[in-house]
Amino acid sequence: MPQSLDYLKETPSQTAGPYVHIGLAPGAAGFDIYGQELGWDIAGPNAQGERIRVEGLVIDGTGSPVKDVLLEAWQANAAGIYAHPEHAGAVEDGFRGWGRVITDFATGEWGFDSVKPGSVPGRNGTVQAPHINLWIVARGINVGLNTRLYFEDEAEANAADPVINMIEWENRRQTLIARRNETDGKVVYRFDIRLQGENETVFFDI
Amino acid sequence: MLKPGEFYQRDREWHPPAYDPKYKTSVARSPRQALISLENTVSEITGPVFGHGDIDTGDNDLIYNYAKPGESAIGERIILHGRVLDENRRPLPHTLVEIWQANAGGRYRHKKDTYLAPIDPNFGGCGRTLTDENGYYYFRTVKPGAYPWRNWVNNWRPAHIHMSIFGTAFAQRLITQCYFEGDPLIAKCPIVNTIPDPAAIDTLIAPLDLNATIPLDTIAYKFDVVLRGRRSTLFENRLEGN
Repeated sequence: MPQSLDYLKETPSQTAGPYVHIGLAPGAAGFDIYGQELGWDIAGPNAQGERIRVEGLVIDGTGSPVKDVLLEAWQANAAGIYAHPEHAGAVEDGFRGWGRVITDFATGEWGFDSVKPGSVPGRNGTVQAPHINLWIVARGINVGLNTRLYFEDEAEANAADPVINMIEWENRRQTLIARRNETDGKVVYRFDIRLQGENETVFFDI
Repeated sequence: MLKPGEFYQRDREWHPPAYDPKYKTSVARSPRQALISLENTVSEITGPVFGHGDIDTGDNDLIYNYAKPGESAIGERIILHGRVLDENRRPLPHTLVEIWQANAGGRYRHKKDTYLAPIDPNFGGCGRTLTDENGYYYFRTVKPGAYPWRNWVNNWRPAHIHMSIFGTAFAQRLITQCYFEGDPLIAKCPIVNTIPDPAAIDTLIAPLDLNATIPLDTIAYKFDVVLRGRRSTLFENRLEGN
C-alpha cells in the first residue's frame, strides 16, 4: 500500500426534505422565531443599476410545478463585483448579492427582487455575460442543483459567454436565458426551471 | 506566492446520485441529462459572507429559543457540536451553520406536517450559528424522534437533524442530514441509502460524545462537517480577475 493521501472526504449531501422552510425560512413554515430571516434582501437599498424582478416555476418530470423548493441566488452587483473578499473592488453598502426564496405552497411560483448584475471576469482573460448563479434544493433532490440565469436582452454578451459556449448542444443553451417583460415600468425576467424531460434546464457540476 | 485556486472536484460517486427509484420523489425530480462540468470562475469561488450582526445570541439553543419564559422544550436534552473543516483539514471559521429538525415525537412545526404526534408548544425546531475562529460550532437541542413518511407504506425516517453549511464559496454550498449512533432505522432508510458507499454513510452518523456531556444536565453528540477543499498552487493561478 502506498502512503495515504490524508485528505478528508466531503460530507455527503442529503435532500433538504419537505420541511426545509423550518430551518431556512421559518416564517413560511408558519412561525416567527428569528429577529431577522436571512436572504430576503439581495441588493440592499443603495445598489446601483437596474432594479429587476425574477420570477418562475420549478417544473418536475411530469410537467407539474414543484411546490416545496428553496432557491438561493448568488450574483455580482451592477458593476460586476461580488461581495466577497476574493473579488477586488467595493460593493454598495448593504449589497450582499445572496438571496433565498421559496416557492408558493399553492402555485409553486417563486420570485425575488434584485438588481441586474454586470459582466464578471471569466477564466483566462475571458468575460462572462451577466448572470445569476442559482442553487436549488427540495424534497427528492439529493444534491443541490446548480444552474445559471442569463438575460435575454444581453444577446451579444451571451453569444460570447464562455460557459454558455461550453454547452455542446446549442439547443439546450436557451434553457438558461430568462425572458424579459416590462409591465408598468417594472422589469420582470421569467425563468422557469425544468428538472427533467423536454427542455430540461442545463445543470452544472461547479 | 501560494495562491488559493480551484476547489477540488466534487466526488459524485461519494454523494448520492440524483436518480434513485427507492427514494420515490427523486424519480420525477432528477435531471435525465448529465451535469455540465464547469471549471471554477469567480462566480463559483465566491459566496455570501455572514457576520454576528446577522444572527442573535441564543439562536443556537433550540431548547429555549422558542420556549415561553420559564419553560423549555420536552425531550432528551442534547448538545450537537463539532467542527467545519475542508478536505485539507483546515478549519472553516465564521461560517454559517443552520439546522432544523422535528421535535422529540417526530413532529415538525410546519403547516404541511400532519403527523398525529403533537406539536411541542415550547419547541420551534430551528437554529443557527457561526463557527468560531477554529471552525467549531455547537447547538443545544432535544434529540428528534423518528417519523413516518409516504414512500413505501411503512417507511420511517431515522432520527435526524438537517444541516445547511455555507463555507466561503458558492461551490461549497451543502445541505445534509446528521444521524445518531446506534439508530437501527439508519440501515432501513431509502434516503440514507441513496448514498452508495457505506463509508460515506458512516460520516453522517454522529457518535455519542460522553466527554462533551454536561453531567446531570445534557448528553452530547459530535458531528464534524467537511466541505470541499481548495488547491494552492506555486504556479500561476489560472483563475483571473479575482
